[in-house]
Amino acid sequence: MIQVRELSKRFGKVQAVDALSFDVLPGRVTGFLGPNGAGKSTTMRLILGLDLPTSGHVTVNGRRYGELHRPLTEVGAVLEVRAVHCGRSAYNHLLCLAQSNGIGRRRVAEVLDIVGLSSAARRRAGGFSLGMSQRLGLAAALLGDPPVLLCDEPVNGLDPEGILWIRTLLRSLAAEGRTVFVSSHLMSEMALTADHLIVVGQGRLIADASTTEIVARSSANYVRVRSPQASRLGALLRESGAVVRAHDGALDVTGAGCPAVGDLAARHGIAIHELSSQTASLEAAFMELTRDSTDYRAEVA
Amino acid sequence: MNFADVLRSEWTKLRSVRSTYWTMFFAVAVTIGVAVIVCVKWAQDIRHSPGTTIDATTISLNGIFLAQVAVGTLGVMVIGSEYGTGMIRATFGAVPQRRAVLAAKGLVFGVVTLVLGEVLSFAAFGIGQAILSGAHAGVSLGQPEVLRAVVGGGLYLAAVGLLGFGIGALLRHTAGALSAFFGILFALTALTDLLPTSWRNDVMPYMPANAGTQIFAVQRVHDALAPWTGLGVLCLYAVAAITAAAVLVTRRDA
Repeated sequence: MIQVRELSKRFGKVQAVDALSFDVLPGRVTGFLGPNGAGKSTTMRLILGLDLPTSGHVTVNGRRYGELHRPLTEVGAVLEVRAVHCGRSAYNHLLCLAQSNGIGRRRVAEVLDIVGLSSAARRRAGGFSLGMSQRLGLAAALLGDPPVLLCDEPVNGLDPEGILWIRTLLRSLAAEGRTVFVSSHLMSEMALTADHLIVVGQGRLIADASTTEIVARSSANYVRVRSPQASRLGALLRESGAVVRAHDGALDVTGAGCPAVGDLAARHGIAIHELSSQTASLEAAFMELTRDSTDYRAEVA
Repeated sequence: MNFADVLRSEWTKLRSVRSTYWTMFFAVAVTIGVAVIVCVKWAQDIRHSPGTTIDATTISLNGIFLAQVAVGTLGVMVIGSEYGTGMIRATFGAVPQRRAVLAAKGLVFGVVTLVLGEVLSFAAFGIGQAILSGAHAGVSLGQPEVLRAVVGGGLYLAAVGLLGFGIGALLRHTAGALSAFFGILFALTALTDLLPTSWRNDVMPYMPANAGTQIFAVQRVHDALAPWTGLGVLCLYAVAAITAAAVLVTRRDA
């Protein structure tokens, strides 16, 4: 369990993290979503005690990171940027980390096996592909068999097979009752992996809810209606306060559900050829949520 | 955190990268190589003009002036490369007590450098004296000040190595720290030479290399610090750099 309270971090003029508060609970995969520059990586580094917060605090399993006796046995972390000396072999990289927390050599061999790097264990980590580096990072995170796992952009650079593998692994770790916190800018990936989402933009909390709830809550959910008398139905809907957009020969209605649209048409004797509720993709929900908080947005002329 | 675990980890780190072996190989080659070349040359000179007086101990230890480059570079790299590669985040993630990490790293590196330095110093002395004794100019460890100088050669290398380590930990950037290290060891002395004579003579003996090298000289140069005082001054530079790094390490983002 991770508890973030009023956490803020300022780098010079840039407020990277702004009074963030949220909990990451065990037993499920929690996605940490936000556009580039939203403060995801900084928050992860604050959780791990690598950066010092400007104000606020964060605890892991009820204690500050610096107070953990053997951190690797409590929190495993895969950071976005490489944290490996390129001249050291994968085995020795894991061994020196393991030794610092009193973890034995047998566990080093085990984690190499779990991530499928046993055959490359004696090779220098500097020559690893991005995918192999991710696997090595994950091996380091699993060394202490920790109840809490943090992954910053874990699927970056992985091929489809690797993505499926990591998704399955993260879900199974959560199913064992662990706390799994995964940052990503890939909404579609999070839809498949995360049970719960924490959405941030410009360092601020935008949403903290289950994945399904965030999709449902989005105003990108609308009702699609087709009618031979579309223009008359559209006018009536607007009168009733709904927002109507003509699209591809149909009307996209927000602000009124299917029953309301159907009843209105019936009262006025308007024929209906299609009446369906459309669910936004997580992608659309995310765009909707973070529209005002994107640092760098392509301006449409 | 268990300090013995951190020491074990740092020992694994030091022995699992090639740069350690390359710099140590360089240190061995120059210390022994220079001892052979310089002593063969002096042995010839003495045969040609008997009666030449030399500091036979210091002559055989001349390679230390080159070996210090390798040892200091390794000192910078053991910490600089962690910052350069990002490994430091994994290190501080595993051991959040950052000062303990610096202490363990410095201790492991310091002990390894001291052992290497002593082995090299005694080897260079032995080889050098064997060559010089052919011209009846060799000295033995039993003669006054000689043992101190030979032990001092190893101590000097360890102190220079720790100075490099301290600068590396302070600047957290290998290239910058190497420049600063060579600047302090060599360029500072050259700049001091430009000072007005009266100041220059007061300041010069306290320059790190001038002060520290007195520990492996048997004949004292005029104006130079006493051997142990000189080594102490060099150690102060190293201690200052390491202390500054230890103060800042908990205040800076990794």
